Amino acid sequence: MISRLLETSGAENAPTPPVLHAEALSKAYGPITVLSDVTLDIRTGEVHAIIGENGAGKSTLMKLLSGHAAPTGGTMAMAGERIAFADAVQAEDAGIVLVHQEILLAPDLTVAQNLFLGRELSRFFSVDDRKMNRRSAEVLERVGSTARPLSRVGDLPLAQRQLVQIARALLDDRKVIILDEPTAMLANDEVDALLDIVRNLRAQGVAVLYISHRLEEVETLADRVTVLRDGKMIGTWPATELDQRQMAELMVGRELSMLYPPKRGLSAADPVLTVNDLSVDHGKTMGSFTVRPGEVLGIGGMIGAGRTELIEGLMGLRPAQADSIILNGKNVTQPDVGTMMSAGLVYLTEDRKGKGLLLNEGLGPNLTLQALNNLNPNVRLDRRKETSTVRRAVQDYDIRVRTLSVEAGQLSGGNQQKLLLAKVMLADPSVVIIDEPTRGIDIGNKSQIYSFIDDLVRAGKACVVISSELPELVGLSDRVLVMRGGRFVAELTGEDITEQNIVYAAASSGNDTEGRKRA
Amino acid sequence: MSSAEIAAIPENEGFKIRWGDCAPFIALALIILLGALINSNFMSTNNILNVITRSAFIAIIGVGATFVIATGGLDLSIGSMMAFVVGIMIMAMNALAPSLGAWAIPVGALVALVVGSLCGLLNGLIITVGRIEPFIVTLGTMGIFRALITYMTDGGSLSIDRSLRSAYRPVYFGDFLGIPYPVIITLVIASLGAFILYRTKYGRRVTAVGSNSDVARFSGVHVGRVRTMAFVIQGFCVAVAAICYVPRLGAATPTTGQLWELQVITAVVIGGTLLRGGKAHIWGTVAGALILEVIANVMVLSDMVSEYLVAAVQGTIIIIAMLAHRFTGPR
Repeated sequence: MISRLLETSGAENAPTPPVLHAEALSKAYGPITVLSDVTLDIRTGEVHAIIGENGAGKSTLMKLLSGHAAPTGGTMAMAGERIAFADAVQAEDAGIVLVHQEILLAPDLTVAQNLFLGRELSRFFSVDDRKMNRRSAEVLERVGSTARPLSRVGDLPLAQRQLVQIARALLDDRKVIILDEPTAMLANDEVDALLDIVRNLRAQGVAVLYISHRLEEVETLADRVTVLRDGKMIGTWPATELDQRQMAELMVGRELSMLYPPKRGLSAADPVLTVNDLSVDHGKTMGSFTVRPGEVLGIGGMIGAGRTELIEGLMGLRPAQADSIILNGKNVTQPDVGTMMSAGLVYLTEDRKGKGLLLNEGLGPNLTLQALNNLNPNVRLDRRKETSTVRRAVQDYDIRVRTLSVEAGQLSGGNQQKLLLAKVMLADPSVVIIDEPTRGIDIGNKSQIYSFIDDLVRAGKACVVISSELPELVGLSDRVLVMRGGRFVAELTGEDITEQNIVYAAASSGNDTEGRKRA
Repeated sequence: MSSAEIAAIPENEGFKIRWGDCAPFIALALIILLGALINSNFMSTNNILNVITRSAFIAIIGVGATFVIATGGLDLSIGSMMAFVVGIMIMAMNALAPSLGAWAIPVGALVALVVGSLCGLLNGLIITVGRIEPFIVTLGTMGIFRALITYMTDGGSLSIDRSLRSAYRPVYFGDFLGIPYPVIITLVIASLGAFILYRTKYGRRVTAVGSNSDVARFSGVHVGRVRTMAFVIQGFCVAVAAICYVPRLGAATPTTGQLWELQVITAVVIGGTLLRGGKAHIWGTVAGALILEVIANVMVLSDMVSEYLVAAVQGTIIIIAMLAHRFTGPR
């Protein structure tokens, strides 16, 4: 099937001239080539998706096109004229802007101040706040954001910050907008809103380069799709010719086996964890639930429904009280990460880079940080044991590294996630809570992480998975709890675990405030 | 990957010199070379020992400061704290001298160690329990300690009892096999510091807290305790420096240890420890302290630059060190 697809890739005749054309673009860092020979047309009024596994070279390509890095080979042309950017500012002046995947905003400034940061409007000798606020309101409305110009960015939820970031890119007229995983942080309804914004941009004649891991978005949104693999270009196709499975196969370069392991069915064992009336952040989020050995319990809901907050409260990472928390038969009165870990419960955060890994440290310090006391009974560090532990983790979790001294920040997202999983598993827990287990990682690593989860559950442990990706929640969970407005609103089992049911429970029947009153 | 391949993954990429880590030692060597070229007296054993001995105070306090800075903290109170501890120690020794004789010295030293550690604990607890910036807290305690020593000396000086002087004198001026005691104490403290920082669980947690306190918290590290403990270590080191300092001048004055905090922070930063935390070099700090003292010495020995400009040269050095770090470091 792949060979058939490859044949069609050459046969395209562009009716409109490309606004941006890249010819044989390459990038090497020293002896290591990360991107080679990419030839690409981007036309006005189209959404051009770039897909590929992590490490395929997508980010590098984006950096080259937006002037954040200089190519080591190949040329670029805008509307037929050859161009080269010395830096991102030149690229922006030429009309190309990159919206980063990470949120790069100053949290203590207002939305309007952030939007105009570095290009403030002035009147006489002072900044013209009134005009900036007015224009901010306009552009925020254009991207469908509910944030107000005078809100402090640090007070906004992640999704709104992402929209502010897109709004910042749209402040000036742009010819090409590059969106790097714009939906990675968003919940489903917010994703839909974002896709509408992108369609809107396309209708306005902007060329959109769209990078995403979510193939369903690419399928519904893109006009053309370019696939990268291992730093090489595989081809460009009209989106109508590819379905999600074909895209995935082109990305991986092999036929995909089943992504999700077979389910285990409902567990009848006695609960290993029972949480009664846990109240987090002074009652903002509340819930009771049980977890049984041998099951994957999914927790679904929109972003902001309180899923992460509830679990962070359970781990003592936020102010919380509970009637009782019974873990492995023990009543935990004063929860904190350490006591929970020794009682058999660990939590893997959704914020891999901010709260999970020491990016400037090597594998060893990262891997052993949490279970330091288990590994080293004495005050002194046992270095030999640490090295052997790292080796075992690299093997068991298939962490791909060239040397063991590599810094965690240099690993790809998938390898970072596997390292984190190895880290929390070092304490030999009986319950593992994983928040967004596969956010921002590619399909190959995803399927591996799913099978790790399956393995540990089949070994009699329990796993709680918080996920905003509905297919994942449906594909993995034996039981799903849905949260809305800081409360559990539904429990789904067996055949009832469907995307529709989860969305319905998470979003429907009245608004959040009503849900809060009822519970 | 097969297990054979895993076993074949090298621990690191062969032997690679990390220039960033060696920089303070290379700089020290260059300055010493310069000194030797400028004045032949510089390389005399007497002068060298004198310089090393004088750098001991900043080096010893610097070991503690390395811990504080590695956790992402900062202690501005160390200079005043040092003066305060010196004052308390002299008062204790003088009070004990009639009854204990020369034994007043070790007991007084013990008192100093306890008081120093308690001062550090005070700083640490206000910072972690009160959740206030270390800069502000230690700015406050800096003033408090300075005022207390001024009050204790009544604006003049507080001298150690005559009967104790001769017994106490060797702690600064004496030597063992030709090596002055302050140098030996510096080596012991730095070795101890290096052991704690690089070879113990606590040291691992110090680095973790400094490089990302959220990650540490989410991994079950008691961030507050680690930070507080770093300040206690700092206080202890200040007390050790105080013990070495008293026999040198035999008195505490309101200006004892003045501006030492800046010299110490300079030494730590020249040594390669990141001011924002997470990366610490104990031996770099010692090299940093030596660099500061050697520069001062070279300038005194040479006629080319006025010794009144010592601080300016030291200031230039810290800026150059940071620039070098910026351009030789990764990315």
